[in-house]
Amino acid sequence: MSPAAVPGSPDGAPGPWLRDIAAQVSHGDVRELRGPLLIAGSAEGVGWDEFATVDLDGGEQRHGLVLEVDRDLVTLQVLESTDGMSLGGIGIRFQGRPLHLQVGTGWLGRVCNGRGEPLDGGPPVAGTDLRPVSGWPLNPVRREPPQEPVLTGISVIDALTTLVRGQKLPIFSVPGLPHLTVATQIAAQATSSGQSFRVVFAAMGLTHADIAYVRDRLEERSAAEELVLLLNAADDPVIERILTPRIALTVAEYLAYTEGHDVLVIMSDMTSYAEAVREVSAARREIPARRGYPGYLYSDLATLYERCGRIKDHDGSVTIVPVLTMPAGDITHPVPDLTGYITEGQIVLAPEIDARGVYPPVDVLSSLSRLMRSGAGTGRTREDHLDVAAQVLAALARARQAAELAELVGAAALSETDRSYIAYQDMVEKELFNQGQAELRSLEDTLGRAWAALAALPEQELTMLSTALLARYLPRQADRP
Amino acid sequence: MERIAGGRDGAIVRVSGPLVEVEGAKDLSMLELLALGPRSISAETVAIAGTRATLQAYEYTGGLKAGDRAAPTGGQLSALLGPGLLGQVFDGLMRPLSSAPLWLTPERAESAAEPTVLTREWTFRPEASTGTRVGTGDVLGTVPESGAVVHRVLVPAGVSGELSWLAAECRVHVLDTVAVVDGRNVSLAEPCPVRRPRPFRSRLSDTVPLHTGQRVLDLMFPVARGAAAAVPGGFGTGKTMMLQQIAKWSDADVIVYVGCGERGNEMADVLDGLSQLEDGRTGGKLIDRTVIIANTSNMPMMAREASIFTGITVAEYYRDMGYNAVVIADSTSRWAEALREFANRNGDLPAEEGYPANLASELAAFYERAGRVTTLGGTTASVTVIGAVSPPGGDMTEPVTTDSQRFVRCLWTLDRDLAYSRHYPAVSWTGSFARDADAVGSWHAANGDPGWAGRRARAAALLAESDRLAELADIIGASSLPGHERVALLGGRLLRDGVLMQNALSPNDGFCSAGKGAALLDLVLDVVDACQALVARGVAATTIEQTDLGPVLRAREDAGPADAAAVRARRDEVLKALEVLR
Repeated sequence: MSPAAVPGSPDGAPGPWLRDIAAQVSHGDVRELRGPLLIAGSAEGVGWDEFATVDLDGGEQRHGLVLEVDRDLVTLQVLESTDGMSLGGIGIRFQGRPLHLQVGTGWLGRVCNGRGEPLDGGPPVAGTDLRPVSGWPLNPVRREPPQEPVLTGISVIDALTTLVRGQKLPIFSVPGLPHLTVATQIAAQATSSGQSFRVVFAAMGLTHADIAYVRDRLEERSAAEELVLLLNAADDPVIERILTPRIALTVAEYLAYTEGHDVLVIMSDMTSYAEAVREVSAARREIPARRGYPGYLYSDLATLYERCGRIKDHDGSVTIVPVLTMPAGDITHPVPDLTGYITEGQIVLAPEIDARGVYPPVDVLSSLSRLMRSGAGTGRTREDHLDVAAQVLAALARARQAAELAELVGAAALSETDRSYIAYQDMVEKELFNQGQAELRSLEDTLGRAWAALAALPEQELTMLSTALLARYLPRQADRP
Repeated sequence: MERIAGGRDGAIVRVSGPLVEVEGAKDLSMLELLALGPRSISAETVAIAGTRATLQAYEYTGGLKAGDRAAPTGGQLSALLGPGLLGQVFDGLMRPLSSAPLWLTPERAESAAEPTVLTREWTFRPEASTGTRVGTGDVLGTVPESGAVVHRVLVPAGVSGELSWLAAECRVHVLDTVAVVDGRNVSLAEPCPVRRPRPFRSRLSDTVPLHTGQRVLDLMFPVARGAAAAVPGGFGTGKTMMLQQIAKWSDADVIVYVGCGERGNEMADVLDGLSQLEDGRTGGKLIDRTVIIANTSNMPMMAREASIFTGITVAEYYRDMGYNAVVIADSTSRWAEALREFANRNGDLPAEEGYPANLASELAAFYERAGRVTTLGGTTASVTVIGAVSPPGGDMTEPVTTDSQRFVRCLWTLDRDLAYSRHYPAVSWTGSFARDADAVGSWHAANGDPGWAGRRARAAALLAESDRLAELADIIGASSLPGHERVALLGGRLLRDGVLMQNALSPNDGFCSAGKGAALLDLVLDVVDACQALVARGVAATTIEQTDLGPVLRAREDAGPADAAAVRARRDEVLKALEVLR
């Protein structure tokens, strides 16, 4: 198979991406500084979306992207913020093209900041190809519909919201829940047809404690040069976060479509990313849509999430797991809401399940993997998988009703069937959903546990399972606990 | 589009994303297209003030500079329409994606000038006589396009007069001349402006239903041919799945599927699915009656705005040939967001939620392009419009949802609670409406099913009754209800799970014929009647509840897609089994 032809050819002189490509004309006429924005005058011949280097007195370098060109006025968003800058003593060199990134296998095993500069004491990352960080839309006709399951070794995900190679499946959480633990467990354990994944982890606005945790948990992957870490901490420049996921995805696309790897991109926390977008929008005095977020947040998020996928006649895939915390647990907040409209399902974590001591605390009834129907079942995982999943969920919905009724009328007043549903709910949470933070379960084990839980129900309640499947998989009465 | 050379050119003065301002372009008209910069990016004129004009660009504007050339083209945004559209995928500006490169870079804009559709050869058969007078919409000849669709070559808009020359049967390319009318050359394909509705003779007032193959729609909320329907639903409510089912199974001649700001993987899935499925009516593949317009959420935003109009223009094009076309637009909210983003960049004063004040009129203009008409050529044909709405946060009071409701004949609201309990299609029976239901009932009565309206009324009453009782049962427990109410509760469940629920993935259940749908509903209603009779005779409700009514629920899966007889046989078996309880 031939590598995918991606625009942006090698630049001739490899080197770190932030170094100047050539000496550029320096513009020094800065007219205005406002929030993250810098407005320069007398800047003729500058194109929209160009990348620029900003030289400060004293040798410090910052970087910016052109947001608007108005005659000779150019509006730049400064990635490292405008702290300490003044109207005088600034030189701006425009690069004549959008921001490009050196990509190559040299990124594997590296730890960088949110702008892609090394944090691990190594030299700047060099690459073999130069690609624009914003990427290009993939021709939808050339996409291969995702079909192969990704096994995470996490029962509740593998059984009920199967992740599929090339899918984008976010984790919706609230502050205080173990979403990072779940995300890193997926990153550490994910395999597809027995093959291990390359992982690109983009941290945006995470605390230093969280970052230390991620580095620690993914130590093995890092040592095996299967991991790229891009770390923007909570106290790092906010605007830099706009760049972090784009660098991650540009590297991921190279590893996937040129090198033929299966790549998993974890982006956490998307809420911090969206806040950076909002900050720029507010500084530009744009008319806000919902909750102060700009009207183009949907399109902006889509340019990130849509970079997942598979390509016809190519090896490799990009699977994206964005992690976001819902402010006040509100799923209708613009960030989870717009994300949910773009992604192919969602895994929702719930505080009340966490409070019951279940890890991972997935609210399975509000979770969904849209691609599961093509990625699970006969020929993909196991013949009974889809039916079992449907039955487990339907029974849980019924169990939830029974539990509510029990609250009102008391468990003693329930019918025998309703009581069996409550027993089932208990069993399914304890035996199937709950598992260790480093425990890797095989699919056989997972589905076996699902059947064991279903066995707590009277057989005539299992209406979604055919008699053939019941005969083959349902534990015999004698084997039941 | 011909480019008028030189003299009218202006220069770019401002670039902010898709918003571009130019200075000095002469004699511009509103909606006129311009070519911008060295790559000739197309942009449309949206405002003119003195020598300055505001444009919306249809491509990524990266690299455009102040001072770059802005060349007016003299034409409006239009699509080249001719044979070869069916089975193909286009972007929002009607450029073929099938022959486009893997990555949609700006460089592609230059190469797209010669789409491969132009190189294909067709067999033209004349169907008119030279020397006669012909007018817009008259048939000049035919081209076998694909599957069941014969492409009719019509006299283009604004042309009429003597047909002085007509080609004999021959092989031609789409841009070759096949006729001369009133001194004007007519070829197979003609450019057609997309923002103006194509003309027709008159709207028709009688109602004919569009059979969608989805029971909850056909039995409860039917849509008429030429009507407009809106499908609001939060994410995860199965909107796209339902629209795909309609694309696959509705009894239309031509489907135009517009993926407007939606997922790339989904478009790949639609394409894949339609390419594999057989069209039961023609024996060909479903893709052969489908035109896909894909402007995914990461493709340029203003082309997304155009894609809705491109799609409906393609449907009108086939309508004018005498076909019944259905346009499925997923999603109109993304289109409205594109309007909003541009209005904001342009500094327009916002109305609700930041949307521009003309949102409602824009939506009305879109939905009003639906219609069942007599074409200029004198045949009866229709364009049915089905628009998905993606309300932010599932909020049904947001502007796109509320405005859409005003302009459609059918509202199919998708309910999150139904979807979470895996009841698909999650069409809410309390939040939906079908304003043509009575007229559709009359049509059914005149076409062999006089019981249609009565059945629908009974089903609606049973659903309302069982919903009311379910709320009561949640408080006091079902066992405290009297027998006939417990049977009504049970009946509601049978109706929901046995009739309204439909498994899109099942070969037997994915599509449902009108006859099978009616038989399934009869089955449930008759079983409910029988159970009520039993309770009235003194049989305990518990006994009925413990009876295995699985055969009723499984009938939709067990009988073939159009096998009404098997469902009726099932009804007789179940009624017999209930007899025993007497």
